[in-house]
Amino acid sequence: MKRVEEETPRIGVFICHCGINIGGIVNVPEVVEYAKTLPGVVYAEDNLYTCSSVGISKIKEGIAKHNLNRVIVASCTPRTHEPLFRGACEEAGVNKYLFEMANIRDQCSWAHMHEPEKATEKAKDLVRMAVAKSRLLKSLEEPEIDVTPSALVIGGGISGMTTALCLAGQGFKVYIVEKEPELGGMLRHLYKLYPTMQDASERLNHIVNSVKSDKGIEVLTSTVVKQVKGFIGNFEVTVQKANGGTANFGVGTIIVATGAPIFEPVGMYGYGEYDNVITQLQLEQLLKDGQLKKPKSVIMIQCVGAREKEGRTYCSRICCMTAIKNAMLIKDLYPDTDVHILFRQLQTYGEHYEEHYRTAQDKGVKFIKYLQEKPPEVISGKNGKLTVNVHHALLDEELKFGSDLVVLSTPLIQHEDAKKLSQILKVPLGSDGFFFEAHVKLRPIDFATDGIYVCGTAHSPKDTPESVSQALGVASRAAIPMALKRLRTEAITAVVNETYVVAVEPA
Amino acid sequence: MKVKTMEANKSVLVIGGGIAGMQASLDLADRGLKVFLLEKTPSIGGRMAQLDKTFPTMDCSICILAPKMIECLRHPNITLLTYCEVQDVSGSAGNFTVKVLKKPRFIDEEKCTGCGECAQYCPIEVPNEFDMGIGIRKAIYVPLPQAVPLKYTIDEENCIKCRLCQRTCKAEAVDFDQKPETINLNVGAIIVATGFDMFDARKRREYGYGRYRNVLISLEFERLVSASGPTGGHIVRLSDGRVPRRIAFIQCVGSRSLKGGVTFCSSACCVYATKEAILIREHDPECEVYIFYNELKIFGKGFQEFVTRARDEWGVKYIRALPGEVVEDPKTHDLTMWYEDTTENVTKNMKVDLVVLCPALIPTVANKELASILGLDLDEYGFFECKDPLFKPIDTNVPGIFICGYSQGPKDIPESVAQASGAAARAAEVMALAASREAQ
Repeated sequence: MKRVEEETPRIGVFICHCGINIGGIVNVPEVVEYAKTLPGVVYAEDNLYTCSSVGISKIKEGIAKHNLNRVIVASCTPRTHEPLFRGACEEAGVNKYLFEMANIRDQCSWAHMHEPEKATEKAKDLVRMAVAKSRLLKSLEEPEIDVTPSALVIGGGISGMTTALCLAGQGFKVYIVEKEPELGGMLRHLYKLYPTMQDASERLNHIVNSVKSDKGIEVLTSTVVKQVKGFIGNFEVTVQKANGGTANFGVGTIIVATGAPIFEPVGMYGYGEYDNVITQLQLEQLLKDGQLKKPKSVIMIQCVGAREKEGRTYCSRICCMTAIKNAMLIKDLYPDTDVHILFRQLQTYGEHYEEHYRTAQDKGVKFIKYLQEKPPEVISGKNGKLTVNVHHALLDEELKFGSDLVVLSTPLIQHEDAKKLSQILKVPLGSDGFFFEAHVKLRPIDFATDGIYVCGTAHSPKDTPESVSQALGVASRAAIPMALKRLRTEAITAVVNETYVVAVEPA
Repeated sequence: MKVKTMEANKSVLVIGGGIAGMQASLDLADRGLKVFLLEKTPSIGGRMAQLDKTFPTMDCSICILAPKMIECLRHPNITLLTYCEVQDVSGSAGNFTVKVLKKPRFIDEEKCTGCGECAQYCPIEVPNEFDMGIGIRKAIYVPLPQAVPLKYTIDEENCIKCRLCQRTCKAEAVDFDQKPETINLNVGAIIVATGFDMFDARKRREYGYGRYRNVLISLEFERLVSASGPTGGHIVRLSDGRVPRRIAFIQCVGSRSLKGGVTFCSSACCVYATKEAILIREHDPECEVYIFYNELKIFGKGFQEFVTRARDEWGVKYIRALPGEVVEDPKTHDLTMWYEDTTENVTKNMKVDLVVLCPALIPTVANKELASILGLDLDEYGFFECKDPLFKPIDTNVPGIFICGYSQGPKDIPESVAQASGAAARAAEVMALAASREAQ
């Protein structure tokens, strides 16, 4: 049989209207006619939706009928659609590396929606470029590799432990690497958890014990990931113990569940200066230890260091509910203590959190809306008494409160050493500092790098149920290659042209 | 009645063919487990297929969804059971027997090529459910051009049996004698992902939905602004086809409400309204857009930044207000919105051309029947209840049956996708346990 590289190129071009997404701007029939004139093109047609099942069978029919040995689809982005079209080519007997795509939606009809003629000309250019590249394409075979049926979970908080237990339950070996001396993460510092108001430590102990007693899970505490080499199915991991000793092991997949600490608001609202200005996490600790002496008036300030104009622009999602929960706990403990929550927008979303907001109001917690432009002021007076001034946004009035405890709600932030980990794993961080997923909508817990996944607050601020849901999700995503045991990997790999190498950094 | 039995060891039943059900199915199928994906309408795709763009990336919704729909169709481990309903379930984790009713399409799925010629000749026009009733379809139809499977369905209720379709169909696929079928399945685990419905905005009479042609609900607006929708993506008033110059969104219609509707927050509306507002400004920079909100919920990843961009870069105006009433001028069909501006504490009014209501997203009514068939607990609103809201959000009171997506509780697309994978993982655990027991 003749190799396809020796055959004369017989290129088929399929141009997508994408409803009116492309067809409403770009003159698709004109592009089809133009494509037919290009060297190597033996067939061209337009489709309403090339990605529909009709479109896919049109590609397959075209390959059979016109004996095509190369296929081009001019449509949208290869990021979402290339696998589908490559699959269609393979099913019709054309090697998937002989498929090429031109993105005439994002780069033509969207980018030049007010200039249809220029958009059409550019679409022709892109198709011509794709055809030129297509003539030079070679068929490639994807190497098959074995997948090590074990996973590395970085982080031993509730997310990491949940993932680990679920993966072990599916029969995979799991290593948990935790930098602290014990498992548990953020939940170790929390008192009661909303929405059920259950004791965090009680439930946590049970989960920690399940992890420790699971034969499929190996827990490495006081340990950090030092180096990761390899790729999906065959990662080689080097970890370092607190005592300096290192260990190596191989895994098939890696899960990032490193959690998130809270922002320390040093210098804000007197934090670090006055003893009775504390964070929610410190309040939580006082409540947990039964050390909260009865205050007369508690003021909680939301969005401290969050939803800023620049810097930490994001909403930390959990702080409103944390404040409401802790306010209710104080009210339960000391019903005649005044508790005010100064908020900007109250994030009581979902099925139950509005309910908690109403319950808090019933318990006598007072809510005051303030504007970002007019933040509250905390002033220290005699005997450690604090005065809080706030502009009530709904009454348009300046209010003044005496307070003996000011509690600052600060956002979850990324760990300082996350950047290092992101470099070790070669996965990105977003502009908010959190780990950045492969696709915000449809691949929320995958990284773009195959075989590495993310869950919990390492991804973005979230509460316990939300972290658990993601952690279980990752236990499915990571299980897929491990359950398959063998994988085909990308055939296109980089090579170094040594002629142009000017310097090599010593390893 | 014809009875078919589909036996497949190591298989899972997924109920609901929206994005959550599809993701759970694909995860399970990709790892080698067999999946039956059951959907009650003629096509999978669910709510996400109806959306125009998705926030905050402004990806075209059907463009990123369609490849997944086709993947479900082509996947060797997935059997699609569209136009089907669950009738009965017995057994327990690792070994459920499920009785499924396959409703007659009056089309031989093996023969139908999806060419659509039949629909061209069909004389009956009815409002298209997929377009939320603002577009039309024929009595023989596919819900959307990208339907999966691309097989036509005759809607028995509206068909007049003129048989023009039958005479037109070259593939001889039309079969008026088709009867309901019963399919018996044997599965190890079940995942429920039945999604959401919209609160009936007619119940908030003061906003005029159902009475005034230019008051829409948000899903209708999604179809209106969608390139594949009934107007080809042109934003026009339904009363007179005029291009609106000023559009107002009203948030929390029937949600977070103690008077009529539900008390919870649907979690997605503030941000999808923001997206729809940006779309309007993108289509027509001259059109003013106001969002009347009560409390902006911007807690998700990238949401705050998205709203900031809408306000600062797209000129979307946010007004914190309690809208009291929408009044129509019967001659012009123009609307006047009366509202209490809660920032300035005064009652104001504004003339607008179009009002878009964002109704509460509520669990589907059909959950009630499904819950009783499956033996699942429902909460007061009709969401499936999870076993332990903190640490087992996906498990139900019945071992081996898992829940995900909006039917578990309010959430957006990425949360549904992640949780659907989670349900797949829990189902896989059950299957692994069943397999190891069998091996012993």
